[in-house]
Amino acid sequence: MRATRFPERAGGPEDRMAGFVAHLRLNGLRLGPAETADALEALMLVDATDRDAARAALKALFVPDAETWRRFDDLYDAYWFNAGRTRRGTAHPDRRGVAAPSAAALWQPHLDGGAGAAGRETDRQPDAGEGEAEGTEGRLIATRTRNLARRDLREIADADALREAARAAEALARAIRDRRSRRRKQALRGREIDLRRTLRASLARGGEPLDLRRRSRPDRPVRIIALCDVSGSMTVYARVFLAFVKGLVDADTEAEAYLFHTRAMRVTPALRDRDTLRAATRLGLMAEGFGGGTDIGASLAAFADGPGGRRLTRRSVVVILSDGYCTGRPEALAAALARLRRRAGRIVWLNPLKGWADYAPVAAGIRAALPHLDAHLPANTIAALAALEPEFARL
Amino acid sequence: MTLQELRTALEGRGYVASGDLSMALHLALGLGRPLLLEGPAGVGKTEIARALAEATGARLIRLQCYEGLDASHAIYEWNYQRQLLAIRAEGATEDSLFSEKYLMRRPLLEAISQPEPPVLLIDEIDRADEEFEAYLLEILSEFQITIPELGTIAATSRPVVILTANGTRDLSDALRRRCLYSYVDYPDRDTEIAILRARAPDLAPRLARQIVGVVQALRREDLEKKPGVAEMLDWAAALAGLGVNDLSDDPATVQATLVCLLKTATDRDAAPPELMARLIGKVA
Repeated sequence: MRATRFPERAGGPEDRMAGFVAHLRLNGLRLGPAETADALEALMLVDATDRDAARAALKALFVPDAETWRRFDDLYDAYWFNAGRTRRGTAHPDRRGVAAPSAAALWQPHLDGGAGAAGRETDRQPDAGEGEAEGTEGRLIATRTRNLARRDLREIADADALREAARAAEALARAIRDRRSRRRKQALRGREIDLRRTLRASLARGGEPLDLRRRSRPDRPVRIIALCDVSGSMTVYARVFLAFVKGLVDADTEAEAYLFHTRAMRVTPALRDRDTLRAATRLGLMAEGFGGGTDIGASLAAFADGPGGRRLTRRSVVVILSDGYCTGRPEALAAALARLRRRAGRIVWLNPLKGWADYAPVAAGIRAALPHLDAHLPANTIAALAALEPEFARL
Repeated sequence: MTLQELRTALEGRGYVASGDLSMALHLALGLGRPLLLEGPAGVGKTEIARALAEATGARLIRLQCYEGLDASHAIYEWNYQRQLLAIRAEGATEDSLFSEKYLMRRPLLEAISQPEPPVLLIDEIDRADEEFEAYLLEILSEFQITIPELGTIAATSRPVVILTANGTRDLSDALRRRCLYSYVDYPDRDTEIAILRARAPDLAPRLARQIVGVVQALRREDLEKKPGVAEMLDWAAALAGLGVNDLSDDPATVQATLVCLLKTATDRDAAPPELMARLIGKVA
């Protein structure tokens, strides 16, 4: 293996290390200038001319998790040994590669409308075939509507359906949110005596513990993150589901909502908008390409990588509303769900098809997803949604 | 202590560390940073702390994490019963009540108030909740603990901190960033034989090779809980205790001792005598 020859203008080891940190940053590691300094300090502790020692030292220092652990060696070779897997870092760290928020990509399809639409058309081809092939129950919906044009979501925010679904959603949100913490906090009428505070209070009484202070296990709100599929196969349900998601978001200031078809986008602010007309307009703008193809795996992966995914904790419930028909690879869906599973407390999949009498989860997408779900529940009507409450309470 | 000295010292305590792991330990000692270890269960993540403590002659202080772990179990607690007694019996005043005498030191406070730097093992940090993780982060950066009644207690020595995680949940980026990281995987064949040698020097080399070969082959099977190094050592001890000299001699005993390796009913069913015979045949 030949070592990289750095250009003349590159300075000493500091510059090269800064270049390496920039190279790692381009490849998705979150490192700052402090890490560069740490790296130089670490190399002082080992024999920096020993190739393996230097590699092992930088690996221990820079790698944050198991996934990166496996690919670090390649990244290392790419920079220091000319393996050229990625753009070779110059000795000047630059921020060009820092991933810009995907907003630009999001708007791309309707900026150059024709190309974007064509791209999605090819995306969607297998979807039609799949719907045809995979059992009788999904075909009707999976292949009927293909509408790539801008769709006005105002007609979807129909007042009656919205109110009813929202009510069901609020009941559900309450059922999920009421969970007890294992920690204890002081409380006026708790079940246990808080010895620490009781004793403090007793000092005022000459050491007699007369005033008993209590503590209890406080309620911990569970955050709900709803991901609603708005692709072609889901069009007939979109009306109900959007209202449902709005209900979830309204019930709780912590809740978040995303819509996805081939991408995932955050719609929480639009759903919270009190001005219905403005909300509808904002949603309409966001749901550009609404009713097109589906790539659940890629959407979930994008969500997990984004700021939304990073905010997931064990007290989050991810609610996915989708029929599981997906043009992406089922393995990608399984991998994305497995990643979400590690971060979130629970994943619930609400499937409109599951309410059908002879439904069996045979579509490749949903079959791949099932092992990673905490619950796979029917949701084809508002009544079915309302009936979910006991199921949710059990989660 | 140089890297090579560290490796030798660990090996002297019966711990065979991979190159990556010993480098991570070396840096943790040198840079004074906490070390986060991840990997499957039973590969010796917890054991490394014990070996390191013995090798450096330091005290090992262990904090086992669980859901709901809070300050009174991790940091300190006042001994209220004794305080109440003291008030009754001696008419103690506040000054004397909230003194070191009535302070119960939990592992974190214990670790920073040692005269000599100890090894602090924070086991299964992913089982504790996020609040505790945040609190831990503060202690690991400041190395001081504030007790309202006593004031701030600064560390008399900085402990070597080792955290382990099994992937019950993802840890926060902030914690990962502060820590050095090493992924501890199942050892390769030669390393595992070396581990078995270090732990059971009396075992016949042939049997040791067979044991390691079978365990490594079992890990490639589709099992719910793959046998770790600890299980392998248990199995070796069981076989040695039963006087088995060659795995192919006595299939019934081997099958009976599988309780050391396979810990669920499905896994027991997944390793019928035929499979074991095949695996043993391969390594014999």
